[in-house]
Amino acid sequence: MATIGVDQLVRLEGVALGYEGVVALRDVDVQIAPGELIGIVGPSGSGKTTLLRSLLGEPELYAGTAEVASHTRVGYVPQVETVDWNFPITVEQVALLGSWRTRRWLPWSSRAERNRARTVLAQLGIDDLADRPIRALSGGQQQRTFLARALIRSPDLLLLDEPTSGVDIKTRHEILHQLAALNSAGVTVVLTTHDLNGVASHLPRLIALGEQTVLADGPPSEVLQPKILERAYGQPMLVVQSGHETYVLPVPEEAPGAHGDDLPPPEVVSVVAAPDRDDV
Amino acid sequence: MWSLRRIATMFEPFEFGFMQRAMIAATLVGSVTAAVGVFVILRRLAYIGHGLAHSIFGGAVVSFTIGFNFFLGASIWGAFSVFLINQAARRRQIGGDAAIGIVTTAAFAIGIAVISRARSFTRDFEAALFGEILGITNQDLYVTTGMVILIALVLFLLWKPLVFITFDNDVAESYGISVRWVESIFSLALAATVVAALQVLGVTLIAAALVIPPVVARMLTDSFPRMFIIAVIIGALTGFIGVYVSWFVDVSSGATVVLVQSAVFALALSWGVVESRRGLRAARRTERLAGLERSLND
Repeated sequence: MATIGVDQLVRLEGVALGYEGVVALRDVDVQIAPGELIGIVGPSGSGKTTLLRSLLGEPELYAGTAEVASHTRVGYVPQVETVDWNFPITVEQVALLGSWRTRRWLPWSSRAERNRARTVLAQLGIDDLADRPIRALSGGQQQRTFLARALIRSPDLLLLDEPTSGVDIKTRHEILHQLAALNSAGVTVVLTTHDLNGVASHLPRLIALGEQTVLADGPPSEVLQPKILERAYGQPMLVVQSGHETYVLPVPEEAPGAHGDDLPPPEVVSVVAAPDRDDV
Repeated sequence: MWSLRRIATMFEPFEFGFMQRAMIAATLVGSVTAAVGVFVILRRLAYIGHGLAHSIFGGAVVSFTIGFNFFLGASIWGAFSVFLINQAARRRQIGGDAAIGIVTTAAFAIGIAVISRARSFTRDFEAALFGEILGITNQDLYVTTGMVILIALVLFLLWKPLVFITFDNDVAESYGISVRWVESIFSLALAATVVAALQVLGVTLIAAALVIPPVVARMLTDSFPRMFIIAVIIGALTGFIGVYVSWFVDVSSGATVVLVQSAVFALALSWGVVESRRGLRAARRTERLAGLERSLND
């Protein structure tokens, strides 16, 4: 049995995963190298979160090999929908939960831990909110609070479940920039997203899930293809390439050329403003 | 002017050993039920507190019947109930609330069955059901103090993982917390709390002591550590005041403790309503002034 290579952070080979005996994903072969920035896409229920959490070793492994390089510090940012927002806890206290192992038998945090928390919050631009209760925050601020909890551990591998769901365009842009900055600093980032146009198309590598397996793995130009998307989403998709930008649009079944390979060239209706191409 | 006689009457309860023991026990039990109750209400487990009290009643009755040590018997019974609840709750088809309902009611029913077979235990039955704080002996007090210290130690050592799983149970495992272990130890601490409170409050009133002080504290703060401290202070004070007042009003001590806690809850609720109305009025006033200023500028 092959072991994980020195140039690999994660290796999933012939993996079948699921919960309570029910297989959610099968025949998964994925390798992740240190320093990558990867998006996992697919419809609801396709196994995005299961694949992400497989990197935490959580779902049950029914077949294959799943390995994460030893001594890898993993930071995990969950979907904010799973959190109890009425819990009486401040932003700084949430961030400090990430370092619970430090002086684990004492209920309080040391000055050094609190300083570290403040530094991480400042890095994410929310240090002024440190004493605010989390329920008083906006969606983007909540997302950054949980990012702070993950970052306080100085992770090598950062996993984010739908980090841009429920936030506005500006906040989405800011979160993606922060993830790109972390990635530039050497952190491997893996995230799940529903947002093919606003997020996925800007990432260097995508893994598309559908039919309980990995349908495609590569750069957006290879993964965001009508045939792959139709298999994943069970619906014809129109993929429009405009300069460096890729746009994915659902196409009604009865539309001409709906099945991808005989699409007519896209018609540009109007261009309001050229988008910045400095995203992720 | 208060007469010397009236002042002397106020100190009357402190002259009796059984009242001293009762006040110390109620203060200890009030603080520890509130401390554990903070985690119980934030984890939405109020039902398990109520259920465990009934379950442990079964253990207490069986202990009386076979002449076994009450604290030990009730604790073992409580721990076994927790074990059964955890085992049943892991089966997806059953679920946590149903598991609690089945196990605790069955354990309670065993107690009732034992009583119905041996009617000479009526007094003990009443003591377990409604508490018998004035009958606390020095030995009971030592055991209660020991249990309270043990529970406090568990909360102290497990504070960080407990806060983590209480806040974000779904993610705790990925941060290296053994959720199953922490939950099991917490459940045992909860069972021990119920046993410690049984003689002071009785089965029927334990759930209130677990829930009311933390709920009041939650209404007063948005910080978890502060909520914990406020809850413990309220629990301890209401325990002490409840027993003290019961001397004068000649009402069951356990019931008086819970009535004092309920009064504190009513006060906090009224204060919250007044504060929110005041905030609403202030916001409307600010908005009116801002509108006036805008119209003047225009």
